[in-house]
Amino acid sequence: MRRYFGRKLFVYALTFFIAMTVNWIIPRFMPGDPVQSRLARASLQSPEASAAMQAYYERLFGLDVPLWQQYLNFWASLARGDLGISIWLFPQPVGDIILGAVPYSLALLLPAILLSWVVGNWFGAYAARNRWLDNTVLPVGYVLTATPYMWLALLLAWGLGIVAGLFPVGGAYSFALTPSATPEFVGSLLQHWFLPFLSLFLVALGGWAIGMRNMIIYELESDYSNYLEALGAPRRLVRRYAFRNAMLPQLTGLALQLGTLVAGSLLTEIVFSYPGLGYLILQAIRNQDFFLLQGAFMFIVVGVLIANFIIDIVYVLVDPRTRIQMQGGAA
Amino acid sequence: MSTEQAGPPTGAGPAPGGGGAPPDAAVPAGAPLAAAAPAGRRGGELAYFALRNGKLVAGLVIVLFFLLVGLFAPMLLPHGPNEYDIGPQGAPPSAELWLGTTRFGQDVYAQFVHGLRSTFLVGLLGGGVAFAVGMVVGFVAGYRGGWVDEVLNMITNVVLVLPTLAVLIIVAAYLQARGVAVQSLFIGLTSWPWAARSIRAQTFSLSSRDFVDLARLSGRSSWKIIFRDIAPNMSSYLFMTFILLFGGAVLIAAGLDFIGLGPTDGTSLGLMMNQAVNWGALQLGMWWWFVPPGLGITAIVGALYVMNVGLDEVFNPKLRET
Repeated sequence: MRRYFGRKLFVYALTFFIAMTVNWIIPRFMPGDPVQSRLARASLQSPEASAAMQAYYERLFGLDVPLWQQYLNFWASLARGDLGISIWLFPQPVGDIILGAVPYSLALLLPAILLSWVVGNWFGAYAARNRWLDNTVLPVGYVLTATPYMWLALLLAWGLGIVAGLFPVGGAYSFALTPSATPEFVGSLLQHWFLPFLSLFLVALGGWAIGMRNMIIYELESDYSNYLEALGAPRRLVRRYAFRNAMLPQLTGLALQLGTLVAGSLLTEIVFSYPGLGYLILQAIRNQDFFLLQGAFMFIVVGVLIANFIIDIVYVLVDPRTRIQMQGGAA
Repeated sequence: MSTEQAGPPTGAGPAPGGGGAPPDAAVPAGAPLAAAAPAGRRGGELAYFALRNGKLVAGLVIVLFFLLVGLFAPMLLPHGPNEYDIGPQGAPPSAELWLGTTRFGQDVYAQFVHGLRSTFLVGLLGGGVAFAVGMVVGFVAGYRGGWVDEVLNMITNVVLVLPTLAVLIIVAAYLQARGVAVQSLFIGLTSWPWAARSIRAQTFSLSSRDFVDLARLSGRSSWKIIFRDIAPNMSSYLFMTFILLFGGAVLIAAGLDFIGLGPTDGTSLGLMMNQAVNWGALQLGMWWWFVPPGLGITAIVGALYVMNVGLDEVFNPKLRET
């Protein structure tokens, strides 16, 4: 058990280390000295912001100390949780802005990922070996997975939001309301949440359905299924065994797809001006707010790594073989 | 010990990670190992089944249609994609301007056909770079084994967990001038891991075969064995992997362009959607501005995926419908 998780954790720690190093290297070594051009541009926008930026860059890159020391300084400020000051929302610290946006992103991502996974698996399992369902689920699934996230979001926003007028498009709640725990506010929150959620959910759905369908067909052709059927076991029972086996690769698939799903949520948030991390990233790019951009990048990487680790744990809980193997290895 | 090995031989093959391709799409592990008939006869047989495979033919027709439109339609246009005041501002589709105009009187059709070009270019270059890296890493890791495999596997796992689009956003945001080629290069460099993984697994199972042992005994160099003996035996698998990488690169590029980090010159389908959203096409109900680019991407990538399923059935006799 310790070896398995130790190995996983090592990869995740290494990934974090590399991601943060990339985060440090890129502004430092890109052609055309971006640091200087950022400073020049920021001083045009607002002199105070420029002063803060200058101070931050100096601390971060310490332009007169040797490179290795600049790199160490960077990690030291990370360890203090200091991500710099936002230019866009000067003078708020980047960390605070991002922490304010994370709940919205999670509220979209978690339900969309979990529900699409469950519903997609369920559809896929039924579609396998069912001619009529298979002929509808398969093409629809392929079209959905090929859809760019923002395009489906645009279609839904236009069709259900603007033409039909059923849902609001833009923001996380009505601007007429102030955040509070009243039913009215919660209702507005849900109304604004539904369309971005739906579009994320739909794009992700297709892939899971196709994956599950393929896996079930594969499992139903295997020896144990044939044996069970030869024994006269009811179809339902055979399918249930197949489903449990097919779940495992789907779980691995979930871990592999996390990055894509997060990317999808960033794009969806932009379409709906939903104030999560994606919207922050867009604002950061528009306002040349590079601290905010890099802070958001760090949060996304950490989030994906944590989610990966959770899936690793779930995998061990679900798959008896890994468990036994690990106990065998420990003994 | 790792999770991947603990599962069943992940039947439906690679689960494309960063690319947004469907998980477990269409590449069963059995495919490349099937059928090793004499080359000539096999080609004829493949063509026979290929032409009778509805999915393959339909997918191919759609992809070729868009490819030809992207190649030739821009040549037939008198004006460029970004020229202003080609028609009235914000006009809906009409007989002269097939897809209407933008708010600035730009021809949406012209943008669309030029955008198709960059879509195919990004797919080809981005998918190509990812394919090359994935092949080298996969072949070397699978054939060499040992510590080389360990190290390459570690690198693969690291790039695999990194959220691709987030990395690309950081890189692109700091680039002053961006072109399709640079964009493709970075997309390729971040989206190879799942391909490397599945190629490694295939190589691993092939390199313990007798004919590879014989080749080794005959003193052939490792690279020769990999490219003469191993790769040809999984060529169908490699081809399908490339198609999935192509589709993935197109989707990632569209996302980057949509955020506003696309090519700084020219146009692309993602950029069209970016501009449509920025200039209020949604609120103004100008559907002709944002529907065609997304539809184009969906049609091309979807057709590629369906084509892949068809190819799989052609290459793998077990999957053929009788």
